[in-house]
Amino acid sequence: MKKAITLTVNGDRRELYVATHHSLLDVIRNELGLMGTHRGCDTGNCGACTIQVDGLAMNACLLLAVDYDGSDILTIEGVAQEGALHPVQRALVEKGGIQCGFCTPGMVMNALALLADDPHPTEADIRARLSGNLCRCTGYAKIVEAVGSVQ
Amino acid sequence: MSTHIGQRLPKLDAADKASGRATYGHDVRLPGMLHGAILYSAHAHARILRVDTARAERLPGVKAVLTAADNPPTHFGYGKDQTPFKTVARSLRDEIAAVAAVDLDTARHALSLIEVEYAPLPPVFSVAAALAPAAPLIHPAHGSNLFQTYHYEHGDPARGEAESDLILESTYRLPYVNHACMETSVVVAHYQQGGRLTLWSTTQIPFLLQRDLAEALGIPGSHIRVIQTAIGGAFGRGLDIYPFEPIAALLSMRAGKPVRVAFSRREEFLAGPARQPAEVSLRAGARLDGRLTFREVSAALDIGPYVSWGSVTPLVMMETTASLYKVPHVRFRADCIYTNNLVTGAMRGYGNPQSTFFVETMMDQLAEALGLDPVEFRLINANEPNSATPQGLVITSCGMKECLQAVAATADRGADRPGEQTTVEPIHGRLDPAAGAHKRGIGFAATLNVGGGARIYRSDGCGATVKVDDFGHVTLITGSTEIGQGSETVLAQIVAETLGVHPQDVSVINADTDLKPWDVGVHASRTTFIAGNAARLAALEARRQIFETAAEMLGVAPDCLIASEGHIRAADAPDLPPRLSAPTSALPLARVVRQRHFRQGGQIVVGEGWYDPPTQMVDKDTYKGNISAAYGFGAQMAEVEVDTETGQVRVLRLACANDVGRAINPMAVEGQIEGGAQMGLGYALSEELIVANGQALNPDFHHYRLFTAADMPPIETIIVETDDPGGPFGAKGVGEMGGTPTAAAIANAIYDAIGIRLTELPMTPERVLAAILHRDLESA
Repeated sequence: MKKAITLTVNGDRRELYVATHHSLLDVIRNELGLMGTHRGCDTGNCGACTIQVDGLAMNACLLLAVDYDGSDILTIEGVAQEGALHPVQRALVEKGGIQCGFCTPGMVMNALALLADDPHPTEADIRARLSGNLCRCTGYAKIVEAVGSVQ
Repeated sequence: MSTHIGQRLPKLDAADKASGRATYGHDVRLPGMLHGAILYSAHAHARILRVDTARAERLPGVKAVLTAADNPPTHFGYGKDQTPFKTVARSLRDEIAAVAAVDLDTARHALSLIEVEYAPLPPVFSVAAALAPAAPLIHPAHGSNLFQTYHYEHGDPARGEAESDLILESTYRLPYVNHACMETSVVVAHYQQGGRLTLWSTTQIPFLLQRDLAEALGIPGSHIRVIQTAIGGAFGRGLDIYPFEPIAALLSMRAGKPVRVAFSRREEFLAGPARQPAEVSLRAGARLDGRLTFREVSAALDIGPYVSWGSVTPLVMMETTASLYKVPHVRFRADCIYTNNLVTGAMRGYGNPQSTFFVETMMDQLAEALGLDPVEFRLINANEPNSATPQGLVITSCGMKECLQAVAATADRGADRPGEQTTVEPIHGRLDPAAGAHKRGIGFAATLNVGGGARIYRSDGCGATVKVDDFGHVTLITGSTEIGQGSETVLAQIVAETLGVHPQDVSVINADTDLKPWDVGVHASRTTFIAGNAARLAALEARRQIFETAAEMLGVAPDCLIASEGHIRAADAPDLPPRLSAPTSALPLARVVRQRHFRQGGQIVVGEGWYDPPTQMVDKDTYKGNISAAYGFGAQMAEVEVDTETGQVRVLRLACANDVGRAINPMAVEGQIEGGAQMGLGYALSEELIVANGQALNPDFHHYRLFTAADMPPIETIIVETDDPGGPFGAKGVGEMGGTPTAAAIANAIYDAIGIRLTELPMTPERVLAAILHRDLESA
């Protein structure tokens, strides 16, 4: 079964006709072709698909698209403004927080939400908030350092 | 004077990855692309009597359905024991049928319409059952469930025993572990009629995959092109051919369209290759003066239903057993045993995390029994530079002692242990501040790993081409593969240093078998050393051509020229910035290239390099030989706190020292060590794929626990530089060492804290608590 929904994605209004069992992740990747939001587990454990929905960081794999009709969605593609990386992205690049990079967009989206809530988080705050974003390459040290440097 | 070597240069592809622009395997979409799905066996061991695909084929949107009837007439894989689809299922991973359809929903629906009739066979779910008399045979043609035995020996172990003042023995159990790459396995196959098969792949071995696929499909290797996408983690998973790859190709051949097969996370755990579980026994001896006398290991590895490259992990377990520390007498035996359990394969460290765990916990036991400080005992027996081990490893540079001393210097060794020598009676939990239920301890472990390639294939080589265009831009085309470790950046630094340009002026092409020269693959911590040497040779040849022309332009001999800051000048010219020196003394690189190009009989600047290290494959009978051109060393110190009421182990601190020869990019080296430590911590404390009756019981990230940002202890990385004579700018490999000694260091720290030796991984709260209760019961 399909249903018509409207989403605002990275500032653009998109009218979509989506299967009722498809997640926002399915729609973002397969209908909108925004491949920066990654599918790592489909069970809400890895955080690679983290997006912002009406300003809140959420796992797109856990959200049925039809439940978010009318929502304002921000994906990683909407973060860099006019080609300039956001300071969180730039810090991840410069501090070595990116290896394979598959977790990176989700890390960025969650870190942005963290910094919006608390512009001066402690290292423990950063580690706690990013604990829903798994990384297999970096051991997190340089990710935590990068996020902590953006204050 | 080096300007780009040793710099903390950010990864060249990091900005694309940070902004969601990198194209991973999962992101590949081609016009008309179909989605494939695979039906796996419902039984761990069964004959397939009938597969009825009629209903699936009638489902609208289905474009191809394949079964074992569609298998090419060949077998593939390391043991030549696989076909894409099976007529006898030997594990729950075994592929029975596959569908390609217009979308994934339709493909999965079609799978549910396929009817399979099985005749169950008696299954074998343990190595003991597999080796029992009259055990059901998993591959009857092989005649036994014992696929292979590795026997290694040097010296005379009986004499070693006789010369020992002390002999200890222990047994160990090691778990199934999953690579847990953040991106699951994926391939897109596109077979063009009468033409070629193109694969978009996240493989680590593009050229061996060409060969393996040719074998699996029965088509020439020359018809296969492998394009590597951005790769979302590898860690050994991509070191082999897996059935889903020929299945995607066969679906594409049948449907005439590109076909994508992407694993779900659950599928990744169930059908991906796990690290082999092993049961190990170890005996070891030493003299009262602290010198090791002998080591004897017997290991049984459950390799599952088929043989992969991962089944040669005993070669590395053997190397650690024979050559980590100076041991005069060694015997090693490993049996690789077929079972109906999970499919297994290669994983980062390739046997080394396993063997370092048992060798280094035994080192601790021996030190304690001898009344020696654990670091001092290791220093007495440590490997040394410019030496050869009895196994035939030729150790050039070696910073093992420096690594041990460096991590020891970071350790809080307690007020009662000020000097090198310890008390004979250890005081467990002496670091415990409150003498409550939380006991603290420290532990050490060292590691030895190949760092200059590993000749496990006929060639351990890598090719490279360096070209310089008319604008002075440099392109490196390398056979090597980027899996996130930063090889493209390190190779760009090596080329930039050689040509005197900035690394950002170097583009790296490394992802297409039609473009790049051959390389055996990204494994064994080999890329910096092997691909680095190849890139350096290619850059040196390009520089020779540049200097040849520049020498004519400047009227000097080529051998007195140097390249730096994008300019070529005579070495004896005033050491001034180019704009300040005489106009003829410093030529812009681009001008030299154009001068060489645009003239009668002109030539462009293209340098080729090929590096295959001066090493040997191990002898097939004795397993001796120098398989690597250099060896990396490392040591770790773990400080832990054990909650004796819950069994919870918290790692408070991990210090990691590694001899990397020379750090081309210290930030990337730290990244390898910190990331390796995350895997090592998981191996030590949390990661275990629990398998019962051939079924993985925890195939998701909720139940298979990776260390998160909140779980990680502070990691102190210490880079020890020994300037290896064979490495590019002195560098050696580091990719695997970050995680190899971690489990041993933590186990030794737990012993220091609570006085209990844990010999089964992971050391979960349940296991630690059970060991505490058992000990308390025994002593009551």
